[in-house]
Amino acid sequence: MFKHLLQGLEATPWGTAVRENTWLFPTIESVHVLSLVLVVGSIMVVDLRLLNIASRRRSVKELTDEVLPWTWAAFACALITGSLLFSSSAVRYSGIWQFDAKMCMLVLAAINMGIFHLGAFRSVAQWDSHPVTPPLAAKLAGGISLTIWVIVVALGRWIGFV
Amino acid sequence: MIPTVQTVHIVSIAIVMTSMAMVDLRLVGVAGRRQSLTEVGARFLPWVWCTLVVLLCSGTILIIAEPGRELINQVFWLKMSLLAGAIVLTLIFQTMLRRRSGFWENHRAAAVLLGSASLLMWVGIVGAGRWIAYVEHG
Repeated sequence: MFKHLLQGLEATPWGTAVRENTWLFPTIESVHVLSLVLVVGSIMVVDLRLLNIASRRRSVKELTDEVLPWTWAAFACALITGSLLFSSSAVRYSGIWQFDAKMCMLVLAAINMGIFHLGAFRSVAQWDSHPVTPPLAAKLAGGISLTIWVIVVALGRWIGFV
Repeated sequence: MIPTVQTVHIVSIAIVMTSMAMVDLRLVGVAGRRQSLTEVGARFLPWVWCTLVVLLCSGTILIIAEPGRELINQVFWLKMSLLAGAIVLTLIFQTMLRRRSGFWENHRAAAVLLGSASLLMWVGIVGAGRWIAYVEHG
């Protein structure tokens, strides 16, 4: 059933086009790399703030308001381009453990973000006064996020070598 | 070995690309306007220069590992030319800002031109970096 779905994805006009056209895959892949470096880089800006390593004089709320819209825009691009690349050989990619592990890591990143937003970030107004040292829960969220995203990049690059 | 070094290379590019985007978008006037250009530069430029060293080291290892893939590849040299141009633009930005902190606010046209040129060059560097793998070499 699941395999049928993946085969169906490969048979779609866009899946076929990305697979068969010689320059389409590298072009979409380049946009994917450009998007993902902006996703990872901008998340690192926030994570390093939460860890109290960089942007220490800035309010966390102000920094996230400024940076995260760019993160989400870049993430949307990464998601679209990633889905296109996946649909070109969906059956093959889904059989590679590095791909599955990368998807699991993205889910973990989402859970970590959810816990932070529903937890420590809700009381941001209370701990976000000058000079700001984020509470342990926020530092933990930043550290976990940083680790997860480096692993996501490593797994993503690894997929290309399998 | 090569995937590991490439991962270090990509994470470093994430830091440099995002830092330069922050500076360039502020220079153009699109983002980060709550901070002065001097503040944005002080936050991100040291990260650019330090991480650039990591990029040069990891990049050199990748060249040594597969010299033919890079050194006789036209896209590689396009990437290096763009990198040289982007570094020159960043040095110009930094030097003028140090001389007079209001320089880029007083020369808006030059600021928009420099910021967009730099951003485009960095996009080109990232794109060319990926295309190296797809161009015939040897």
